[in-house]
Amino acid sequence: MKKRLLSLALVSVLALSSIVGCSGKKEKEEKGSVYYLSFKPEQDEQWKALAKAYEEKTGVEVTVVTAASGTYETTLASEIQKDEAPTLFQVNGPVGLATWKDYCYDMSGSDFYKELTSDAYALKDGNAVLGVAYVIESYGIITNKKLLETAGYKVEDITSFAKLKEVAEDITARSSELGFSAFSSAGMDSSSDWRFKTHLANLPIYFEYQADGIGTTTAIKGTYLDNYRQIYDLYINNSTCAPNELAAKTGDDSRNEFLQGKAVFFQNGSWEYGNLVGEGKFADGDITMLPIYVGAGDEAKQGLCTGTENYWCVNKDASKEDIEATLDFMKWCVSADGGARDMAEKLGFVIPFKGASETANVFVKQDMENTAAGKTPVSWNFPTMPSEAWKNALGTALTAYAADQTDANWEAVVKAFVDGWKSEYELLGK
Amino acid sequence: MQEKVIKRYWPIFVIPTLGAFAIGFIWPFIQGVYLSFCSFTTIEKNKWVGLDNYIRALGLDKDFKDPSPLTDSLWFTVAFAIVSIVLINVIAFIFALVLTRGLKGTNIFRTIFFMPNLIGGVVLGYIWKVLINCVLLLVGEPLLALNSTAGFWGLIILMVWQQVGYMMIIYIAGLQSIPESLIEAAQIDGATSMQTLFKIKLPMVMSSITICVFLTLTNSFKLFDQNMALTNGDPANSTTMLALNIYKTFYDRIGASWKGLGQAKAVLFSILVIGISLIQLKATRSKEVQQ
Repeated sequence: MKKRLLSLALVSVLALSSIVGCSGKKEKEEKGSVYYLSFKPEQDEQWKALAKAYEEKTGVEVTVVTAASGTYETTLASEIQKDEAPTLFQVNGPVGLATWKDYCYDMSGSDFYKELTSDAYALKDGNAVLGVAYVIESYGIITNKKLLETAGYKVEDITSFAKLKEVAEDITARSSELGFSAFSSAGMDSSSDWRFKTHLANLPIYFEYQADGIGTTTAIKGTYLDNYRQIYDLYINNSTCAPNELAAKTGDDSRNEFLQGKAVFFQNGSWEYGNLVGEGKFADGDITMLPIYVGAGDEAKQGLCTGTENYWCVNKDASKEDIEATLDFMKWCVSADGGARDMAEKLGFVIPFKGASETANVFVKQDMENTAAGKTPVSWNFPTMPSEAWKNALGTALTAYAADQTDANWEAVVKAFVDGWKSEYELLGK
Repeated sequence: MQEKVIKRYWPIFVIPTLGAFAIGFIWPFIQGVYLSFCSFTTIEKNKWVGLDNYIRALGLDKDFKDPSPLTDSLWFTVAFAIVSIVLINVIAFIFALVLTRGLKGTNIFRTIFFMPNLIGGVVLGYIWKVLINCVLLLVGEPLLALNSTAGFWGLIILMVWQQVGYMMIIYIAGLQSIPESLIEAAQIDGATSMQTLFKIKLPMVMSSITICVFLTLTNSFKLFDQNMALTNGDPANSTTMLALNIYKTFYDRIGASWKGLGQAKAVLFSILVIGISLIQLKATRSKEVQQ
């Protein structure tokens, strides 16, 4: 009997200890710690290196966890309820902030916020600063200069949609002789369709907002959708593959075509720098980025699409020590004697803070050159898109149109764009 | 003696599993049911809204039209369930019959047929997406993203390929447990091989059939990974099954009320799956025979 009791006791001790096993660390509580839930899978390693550097310098523990591509919202929703919740997380703009407002700490009084160069990069709710943009990015048409020269053109030639069309169609006509195509595949697989249903769709929205003098709307008119059609037509009909194959083409397909010199143009953003430049890939001088001309507005003055959808937010529910530690870490990341150089050189970021140093990223440099030459960057208006459902419906309509380019199918795109915008905004408030 | 020991020690064997079940299933389930009466962003920050979510999920709210109601996905799911249950079980049973005949290489074949089961649903979904798109391109049909018929049959092919091996193993076990003497007696009485199959073998493996139909039924209703990876509901949500519909309700639109609606749909969904499984279990149990 005794033996049995003993074994029973042992078993229960074992079971208990496995449950209680993970108890807290005292030291950590005093100094506070940082847990950053990062949005950018392509820069996971670099962030971890930055965190390690900070940890070695200050002894404050910094954990960086990166959500897998396309799962940030779901990961954040589950992580933020844990006892050890992220102290630093991201939202994509005003629409994203609406969801996470209850969790955002007001940074208006912090030293970190004072480092910001312009209030335009803060997400505010009244006077409370709930989010701060930490990186400015640009996208446009990434261009392989050498191939363009082989085809007999120069980058400087392309200054309008008409010229871009002329060049692209000439390359298509001679593609078998040249051995490459104008555009890399405009893949409509979910790994790639955001380049068109979100980023390219920003242009008709931008020009409409400009014409109407507004910054957001619940009822889009679609004034510039014909321009949207023009540029999309150009992409899909002057590409490395037949338009009906686009439904299955992925983001990797498109990038690889560009890397292998099968296409001159590749619509994407400054975040692709690390994927395109390096050993066995392009050198800095080989590539550049052109504005996405759609034949609207003053094309001579049009710059790259520049903006941000990466805002840092600090978790209000974290302990006081952790919030302090997090704000200190953020400040260190963007200050000149801290991580600012790594942010510029290793992550290729342009950061809107006083301590920013010069970046190696050629696309970002291009954007600065354009601005210096008096061109106006196209702002990012896609954070005003009503929902994922809207983007998905637009994506499906675009895919169907690519496979069969009839007016009726384009009507479906217009319907998804204009009517969908209205109905999704109505649903948003429900 | 044995029974006595079991009586005394049952807590040691039961409590760990029961505890895990309570922590990992019962408690989250209770929380889930509670949340279906709330609008919420995260579990902690919720607001009680009563039956609102259920009224919306069932389409009874006049001021609110769900753009992707559960009923839309229900018919697709039911059609999928019927076709896949029949195909998987018939094919698995035929394989089992062939592979219990003592042919050469039986074990190798059993292993190979079982293997697709070891690969995760998402991986399978992406692999088959590439394969099916290639075939569609060759025959000049619209690709998966634009072709709901291909989406349906693609899902069927994928699930049949994945599940036949598993069901086959269960049927093989059932067939092997039939006493030799019964088959021998039937042969001596002059039964043809067809008669032996339908009059002896089938009734004797009824318990295996119960298990297999139960598994395929619940698997088809709960299907998620494969559905998301292969079609993701394209085109225009026409290949969205129930579980994916709930997921999309949750994440396609921002706002606390959408999460509540998704949660209510999820509770309705589990009631449906439990109900169907109980009915099916009762129906096939009554046909089982005692040896």
